[in-house]
Amino acid sequence: MLEFLTGFAILVGVYSVFTLGLNVHWGYTGLFNIGVAGFFALGAYTASLLVIRPPQSDQVDDYLFAGDLANRLDALPVIGALDLWFVVALAGAALVAAMVALVIGTITIRLRGDYLAIATLGIAESVRLVFLNERWLSNGSKGLYTIPRVFDGIVSPQDYDRVYLVVVLVVFALMFAVVRALVHSPWGRVLRAIREDEVTAEASGKHVFRFKLQAFVLGAVIMGIGGALYAFDLRAISPSAFTPLLGTFIIWAMLVVGGSGRLYSPVVGALIVWGIWSGSQFLPDPLGSPHVRYFSVGALVVLVLMYAPDGITPEVLRIRDRWLARWRPRRVAANE
Amino acid sequence: MFITARTMRSPAVVRASRVAQAVLAIVFVVLALSEIGLAVNGIFLGSVLALGAVGITLVFGVMRFANIAHGDMMTMGAYVAFFLLVSVLPEHTGLGPFTFGFPLLIAIPVSMAAVAALAVGMDVLVFRRLRLRRANIVTIEIASLGLAIAIRGFVQMIWDTPVRYFPNEGRQHFSLPADISIAPNHLFVSGAALVLAIALHLLLTRTKQGKAMRATSDNADLARASGIDTDRVLLWTWGIAGALAGAAGVLLVIFNATSQLKPTMGFQLLVPLFAAVVVGGIGNPYGAFLGAMLIGISMEVSTAWALPTYKPAIAFTVMVIVLLFRPRGILGSKD
Repeated sequence: MLEFLTGFAILVGVYSVFTLGLNVHWGYTGLFNIGVAGFFALGAYTASLLVIRPPQSDQVDDYLFAGDLANRLDALPVIGALDLWFVVALAGAALVAAMVALVIGTITIRLRGDYLAIATLGIAESVRLVFLNERWLSNGSKGLYTIPRVFDGIVSPQDYDRVYLVVVLVVFALMFAVVRALVHSPWGRVLRAIREDEVTAEASGKHVFRFKLQAFVLGAVIMGIGGALYAFDLRAISPSAFTPLLGTFIIWAMLVVGGSGRLYSPVVGALIVWGIWSGSQFLPDPLGSPHVRYFSVGALVVLVLMYAPDGITPEVLRIRDRWLARWRPRRVAANE
Repeated sequence: MFITARTMRSPAVVRASRVAQAVLAIVFVVLALSEIGLAVNGIFLGSVLALGAVGITLVFGVMRFANIAHGDMMTMGAYVAFFLLVSVLPEHTGLGPFTFGFPLLIAIPVSMAAVAALAVGMDVLVFRRLRLRRANIVTIEIASLGLAIAIRGFVQMIWDTPVRYFPNEGRQHFSLPADISIAPNHLFVSGAALVLAIALHLLLTRTKQGKAMRATSDNADLARASGIDTDRVLLWTWGIAGALAGAAGVLLVIFNATSQLKPTMGFQLLVPLFAAVVVGGIGNPYGAFLGAMLIGISMEVSTAWALPTYKPAIAFTVMVIVLLFRPRGILGSKD
C-alpha cells in the first residue's frame, strides 16, 4: 500500500509539472496547446537517449544511437547531492523542447489560436511517429529501457521510489517558484493582459508576438523537464505512453478541473484527476474498466467546464480558509 | 490575431513568395504525375477526408471553433453501421464488384441520421449552454476535446477495443494501364462522397436554409439583424456536419482494404482532417474539399519514399508549408 502511494505521489508530481507548463500556456497566456504529448515525448526521449548506452546488441539489432552520459559522468563525484548526469539530462530535455517550441511557435503563433492548436496536435503526432518508426534512434515500438536510477549505488533499489519522490518534488518546487515569480512580475502581467485582450495589449505598445513566443517556449521547457522526470520514474518508455489521450488529454483534464490560470491548480487538478484515473482500477469490474475511465474523465471535463468554469481550486481554497479560520481566527480576519 | 497577422510586405517579398508558390505547385504536380497510381489512390483518400473536413469547416464557419470531437463522431458513425450490419440487417456481402452487401446502403443513411442526432444533442446539451454563458471560444474547444474522449470511451464501453470488421468478401481490383489499380470499394467511396458534396452544394446555394447558413457564416451579427434565426442555423449546421461525419465514418471503413474498425480510427484521422480544413481556408466548404484532395494525394504519393505510417506527419508538413506562404489557406477569405 505504501509503495502504491509512493508511486502514485511520484506520478502526481510529474503530472503536476506538465500541468504547470500547460498553465503557463493556456492559463496565463491563452495559448491553446493540444500537443502536450509532443513536448512530453521529446523530454522523455531526449533525457533517456543522452543517458543510456544501447541495450545489449543481440536483443536489439538496429538500435544505433545513444549517448553515454550515465557512464561518463558516473566517474565524477555526486555534485550538490545530485547525480550530474541527471541534471544534464534534464537540461538537454529542456533545450530540445525549447528549440521545437521556438520553431513551431514562430510559424503559428502569429496566426489565429485554432491554428496553434492544430499545429501542436500535428507536432505531437509527428514526434510520436518519429519515435515509433525510427528504430535506429528510439528502438521503435519496444521503446527504451534500462534507463538508470538516479543516485544508483548510493540508494538501494528498494528505496528508490521514496528518494525519487523527493527529487520530483524538489524539481517541481523549483519550477513552481520560477513560474510564481514570473507570473507576479511585470512580464506575467503582460501575459495576462494578452490572455484577456490581445488587441488592447498590442495597442499599449506590448510586442504581443514576442511575449507569446516566450511563454510558449517557457511552458514547453517545463513540459520537457516533466517528460525527463517521467522517464527516470518508469525507467522504460515507449511511444504508447505519448498518445494524445494519455499525453495530452489527461493533462488538460487536470488543468480544467484544477482551474486554469491559478497558481495551485496544477497540483489540485493532478491530484484529483490522477486519483480518479488510477483509483478507478480498484472499482468492481464494469466500473473499473479503462473504457469507463475514458468516458468518465471526458464527461468530468465537460461538466466542470459547464458548471464550475473556474475549476475546483477556489472551492479547495475556501475549505482551507474555513479550516484556517477555525484554528487561527485572527489571521484570516486580518486578511479580510 | 488580426493585427499581428497583417504584417506589411514589400513588393519584392510578395513577388518571391509568388514564385515560391508556383514552384511548390509545379513540384506537387510533377510528384503526383510521377506516381500516378498512388495519386489516384490519393484522390480516393481525399474524398473520405473531404466529407469529414467539410463538416469541421461548416461548424467552424458558424461557431468559430475547430471541433475536436469530429473524428470521434466519425468513429461513432462507423460503429453504428457495424451494429446494424452485424445485429439488425440481413447478412449479405459481395454486392456487384464491392466487398460489402446491400445492407450497407441502408446502414449509411441510418448512421448519418444517428450521428446527426448526436451532433445536435451535443450542441443542445453542451455547446449552447457554454455559448449562453458567453464562454471563451477555446473553452468551447476544450469541451469538444472532452466530448471526443467521452465518445471514444462510450464506443469502447459498448464494443470494446479489439479490431472489428464489417462483413466483407475479397474482391479483385480493376487494373488500368500505367500501373493504376483501383479497388472497386474506392470507386463507391468517391462516388458516394461526390453525391454528398453535390447535395451539400445544392443545399448551400439553392435552399433558404443553406443561404441562411452561408450568411451566418459570413457575418453572424448581420445575419441576425436581417432576421435569420441563427440558433436554428446552428442546429442545422450541426445536423449536416454530423450526417457528413457519419457517412465519412462508414466510408472510411470500406475504404480500408480489410474493412476494419477500431475505436481510435476517427481521432487518428484528426490531423489530416484539420490539415485539409486549414490548407483549403478554414470556414470555406469548397476550400475544405480542395484541401482534402491536396492532403489525400500528398499522403498517398509520399508512401513512394516514406513509411506509410508517416502519412499524418506528411499531412501536417504540407499544412505548415501552405501556411508559410498563405496564412489563410488556398481559398481563405480576408476575414
